[in-house]
Amino acid sequence: MAQPANRPVFAPWLDPDQKPLIQFRNVTKRFGEFVAIDDVTLDIFRREFFALLGPSGCGKTTLMRMLGGFETPTEGKILLDGVDQAPIPPNKRETNMMFQSYALFPHLTVWDNIAFGLKRSAMPKEKIPARVEEMLRLTRLEKFAKRKPHQISGGQRQRVALARSLAKAPKLLLLDEPLGALDKKLRQETQFELMDIQEKTGTTFVIVTHDQEEAMTVASRVAVMDHGKMIQVDTPGRIYETPNSVYVADFIGDVNIVEGRATRKGDDKYAIAWAEGQPEIIASSTERIDQGTKVFFAIRPEKVAIARERPEGRANVIEGKVSDIAYLGNISTYKVEVAGGRMIKAQVANERRIARRDITWDDPVFLSFTDTAGVLLLH
Amino acid sequence: MNLRRLFLIATPYAWLLFFFLIPFGIVFKIALSDYAISIPPYTPTLDLSQGWAGIREFLDGLDFENFTFLASDALYIKAYLSSLKIAAISTAITLLVAYPIAYGMAQAPDEWRPTLMMLVILPFWTSFLIRIYAWIGILSGEGFLNQFLMWTGITSQPLTILNTNTAVYIGIVYAYLPFMILPIYAALEKLDISLIEAAEDLGCTRIQAFWLVTFPLSRPGVIAGCFLVFIPALGEFVIPSILGGNETLMIGKTLYDEFFANRDWPVASAVAVVLLLLLIVPIILFQRNEQKQREAGL
Repeated sequence: MAQPANRPVFAPWLDPDQKPLIQFRNVTKRFGEFVAIDDVTLDIFRREFFALLGPSGCGKTTLMRMLGGFETPTEGKILLDGVDQAPIPPNKRETNMMFQSYALFPHLTVWDNIAFGLKRSAMPKEKIPARVEEMLRLTRLEKFAKRKPHQISGGQRQRVALARSLAKAPKLLLLDEPLGALDKKLRQETQFELMDIQEKTGTTFVIVTHDQEEAMTVASRVAVMDHGKMIQVDTPGRIYETPNSVYVADFIGDVNIVEGRATRKGDDKYAIAWAEGQPEIIASSTERIDQGTKVFFAIRPEKVAIARERPEGRANVIEGKVSDIAYLGNISTYKVEVAGGRMIKAQVANERRIARRDITWDDPVFLSFTDTAGVLLLH
Repeated sequence: MNLRRLFLIATPYAWLLFFFLIPFGIVFKIALSDYAISIPPYTPTLDLSQGWAGIREFLDGLDFENFTFLASDALYIKAYLSSLKIAAISTAITLLVAYPIAYGMAQAPDEWRPTLMMLVILPFWTSFLIRIYAWIGILSGEGFLNQFLMWTGITSQPLTILNTNTAVYIGIVYAYLPFMILPIYAALEKLDISLIEAAEDLGCTRIQAFWLVTFPLSRPGVIAGCFLVFIPALGEFVIPSILGGNETLMIGKTLYDEFFANRDWPVASAVAVVLLLLLIVPIILFQRNEQKQREAGL
C-alpha cells in the first residue's frame, strides 16, 4: 500500500499528540447474565473510517448502539470529544446512525426523509432546502426527491438513508451493516462510493460489518471482535499480514495453520517441529518465544508456491500430493496432502490457460515458502 | 374451466342479490307504499291475477309521500342528527381510550401479546345483550359505581347516569372498544422499532417521534377503527333502548317504534332506506381509504 510521497500517510493513531474523537474506557455492557461487551478500551480518531468486524453476536452492534445512545454502558465511560456521553439521549448527540434496515419513514418522500433531521435542528428554515439539495446531489438522488421509499430500488434506498444520516453533518456517522441488503456487485460499487463520500465530507465513520472483505476495502482501521472483546485493532494490511492470534488469522481471509514446537535458531529465527520425519519449518518472529513452546505457524495460501520439481534456494520445502484443486478463474487453490494427512493450501494465479495447467490431481508436488512468509502465533 | 370461474364469480354476486338486493328492494317498495289496516299493513300489493292492468294499478299506488313526510317532520331529522352526534362523539371517545391500549399492547413483550389479545376479545364470549344489561347494575342509582363513589367520599349523592346520554356513550364505547383496538394494534404492531430510533437519532424527542412517525403510520388503523365503530353506532338500537332515557333520541329506536309500536311499515321502511343512504357515504369513504392504502403498499 505505497502512497505517493507528497501525500502524508493518514495514521493519527500513531501520533501521540492527536486527541481521539471517541474514547471507550473500560466499557462493559451486560444484558442480565450475558456479557455483550467485555472491558473494551478503544480510541477512534477524527476522519477515520473505522470498521467493527466480527461474527454475529460478537458485540459489534451493541458497541455501535452505545455510541448512538440506544444502549448505555453497564460499566466504563464513552467520551466523544472528551465529553462523557452517558447522560446524553440519542436526540441530543452529535452522532447520526444509518440503520441496517435503513429505517426510512415510509409516509414521507425522499426529500422529506432527508430534511427530517434538519427540521428538528437549529438550522434556520430557509437554509434547509439548500442542504437537502446538496445531500441529494452528493448521493445522486436528485431525480427521486419526490418519490416515496417504496417507489425506489434497494440501492437508492440505501443512498437515501446515507443522505439522511449525513444531512445534519454529524461529528460521527454510525453505519450498521450499511451494504448488507445489496447484491454483491452493487455492494462493491457502493463501498467505493462510501469511501468517496467519507473523504468528501470529512466525517468520521464507524461501520459495523460481518463481511471481512468489506471491512478491508473501506476501513482505515479494523477492529476484530469476538465474544465482546477486542481481539485486534489495526490497519487492514497489518490485520492480514500480522494477525495477533489464530482467531484473527482464521477470520480474515484464507490461512494454513500448522501446530508445532518452536526452537530458537539465531536472532529472530525459529525452527518449528511440526511432524515427525519432516524438515522443520523455518520462520521468523520479532517476539521472543521460549524453547519448546507450542506455537501456531500461520501462512496465507498465496504465499505458498507449488511446483513439480524441488525448488532451489527456498527456506522451506515440503513434499506432498495434490488432493484437490479449486478453480476460481483468476486463481486456483491447490489442496495438498502432506505428512500425517495434514492439508496445506497453495494459491496460484492462473497465468496460463486451464488446458495448459501442468499440475493435476494426485501429482507429487513440492510446496515452498520463504522464512518470512508466515507468522508465528502463540494463541 | 370457464364454467368454474363463472361459478366462483357468480357466488358472491348471487349472495348479494338474494340477501341484500332483493330484501332491500322489498323494503324500498314498502317505503313507497301507503299505510293500511290490513295484513300486510300496507297497500298496494301486487296482484298478478289481474294481468297487465294489475301491474299498472300497483305502480300507480307507489309514491315518495313517506320520504317527504320524513323531511317535513322535525322528529325524524332530529333523530338522524342526534344519532350522528352520538355516533361521532362515541367514536372519538372510543379512539381516545383504544389508542393507548393498542399502543401498550404493541409495546408489550412478545410473549404477552397473545394473552393481551385474548383479553380484548374475551368479552365477545358473553352475549352482547347480557353485557349491556350488566351495565344497568353498574350505572343505576344504587349501582356499583355510585356505591363506590359514595364509599370513597367523592360524592355524597348518587349520580344519575343510567337513562341518560352519558350511559349511552359509556355503553357504546364499552361495546365497540375491541373494534377500535384491533385495527390500531395491527397497524402499530408491524411498525419497525428502528423507525422510532431513527427519529430519535435525527433529533426528535419521544413525543415528537410519536407524532411525526408512530401516529402517521398508524393512521390506516385509526381510520379503519373509526369506521368500524361509527357505522354500527349510528344505527345502534339495543344500547340506547337499554341504557338511554327519554332524552336519548336515536334513529335505531325511532325505527323500532315505527315498526312495532305504530305498525307503520311504510314510514319505518322509509326511515331505514334513508339510514342506509346516510351510511353509504362513510362506507364509500372507508373503501377508498382501504384502496389508497393498498396502492401505497402499506
